[in-house]
Amino acid sequence: MSVLATAGMIRQLEAIGPFDAEACMNCGVCSAACPLGIDLLPRRLFRYALLGLGDRIHDASGPIFSCLLCRACEASCPAGVHITENVRVLRHWLLQEGS
Amino acid sequence: MPLPVRDVVGILADNLRLRGSVLPIPARRATAWARDLGIPRGGETVLYTGQMYQLIPYIERLVRLEQRLGDSPLARFSGVARRANRLVNGVAFVARPGASERAEYDRVPANVARLLQKAGVAFGYLYEDDLYSGALAHDLGADEAVAAHARRVVGILRKHGVREVITIDPHTTTMLRTVYPKLVEGYDVRVRSYLEVLAECGLPVGVPLSGTVAIHDSCVYARYEGIVDEPRRLLGSVGLTVAEPENAGQWTWCCGGPAESLFPTTAAAIAGKRVEQLRAVAPDCVTMCPICLVNLRKAANGTMRLRDISDHLLDAVAERGVSAAHVGGQTQ
Ligand code: SF4
Ligand code: SF4
Repeated sequence: MSVLATAGMIRQLEAIGPFDAEACMNCGVCSAACPLGIDLLPRRLFRYALLGLGDRIHDASGPIFSCLLCRACEASCPAGVHITENVRVLRHWLLQEGS
Repeated sequence: MPLPVRDVVGILADNLRLRGSVLPIPARRATAWARDLGIPRGGETVLYTGQMYQLIPYIERLVRLEQRLGDSPLARFSGVARRANRLVNGVAFVARPGASERAEYDRVPANVARLLQKAGVAFGYLYEDDLYSGALAHDLGADEAVAAHARRVVGILRKHGVREVITIDPHTTTMLRTVYPKLVEGYDVRVRSYLEVLAECGLPVGVPLSGTVAIHDSCVYARYEGIVDEPRRLLGSVGLTVAEPENAGQWTWCCGGPAESLFPTTAAAIAGKRVEQLRAVAPDCVTMCPICLVNLRKAANGTMRLRDISDHLLDAVAERGVSAAHVGGQTQ
């Protein structure tokens, strides 16, 4: 399957606000703690962002906007990733980008 | 992205920019709760409601309308709705809750004011200048609109010479305490929840209450603002036994409310699971956030009693004490 990379995406995200996706160790603890379960996978969103896969972020806009910002994930994250702030940054980016 | 998301966020951001609230309601409605309470205008310390409890009946009306429209061809016209909303305040037309719906949520700011008065705390109120904090727009990522709004609110606080704010809900608390300092240079207003204020100064208990209440912590109070002990201390001080459900305190389980306007089915499933956890430890539940209260009430559908913490506390400082089993009559 082909994917479309968005040039300079990580810089765009960091310009919106603090975005610490690179601290994510991809352990999956956040998804286990999340009331939304497998509908929202922060670690996968963060990989997409780090790889500049803007189209994948667009495809995930439903889960991104359904996040409760409840921080159940952050309370368990062993790497101290600011997951909810990253989700807010992704929302802002999606709103800027349009669909 | 699903079409309505951008337009819904756009409408909220437009409202915040043009009318000072994501859901603009008339100032006489937002301030009706304060009638007859004799609260002075302004002052160095003010009770700041951010209109959150007062907005709930309007939000509920809109959500019901949105759910009816959601699957209909009209949903395709959300872009048109956004353009029309720039010219005319759409909320004023479509969301008109009745007096009893408004009274149910207006009661909470009035409760809080009475509790503070009985505890001897001196405070004022900004009346029509008590604006919404921008919490929902912030959550949705409408950052430019929120930053401009934060500057407007802080300008109003400065105009009135406010140095300390007492908040009544978690969302306004975190906006004014944690978000605004990042958005407005030189912002140095002290912000405390009334739960923190009362836990520090103590409540003059008239007749102690009895009974057990399940506690539902707000995610925002517990995980954003570290407010976990205060509600427990207050409930204990008025004689109530606090029953801790599965997922309590720092590990609380979300009420689902934040997803309600865009993903109502998801929100209902999460709220349903939470109601089960709460009902497993006590038939009476205490909440401390308007969004939790309305969302859990809907999910409980009368199978358990849910009341705001201020209702319980005020029962205890009222002249006649009553047990939780007797006061938990609100089951809507
Ligand atoms: S818990 Fe933290 S480190 Fe683990 S996958 Fe989630 S964000 Fe990454
Ligand atoms: S903040 Fe979002 S991703 Fe984290 S647990 Fe809550 S709903 Fe899941």
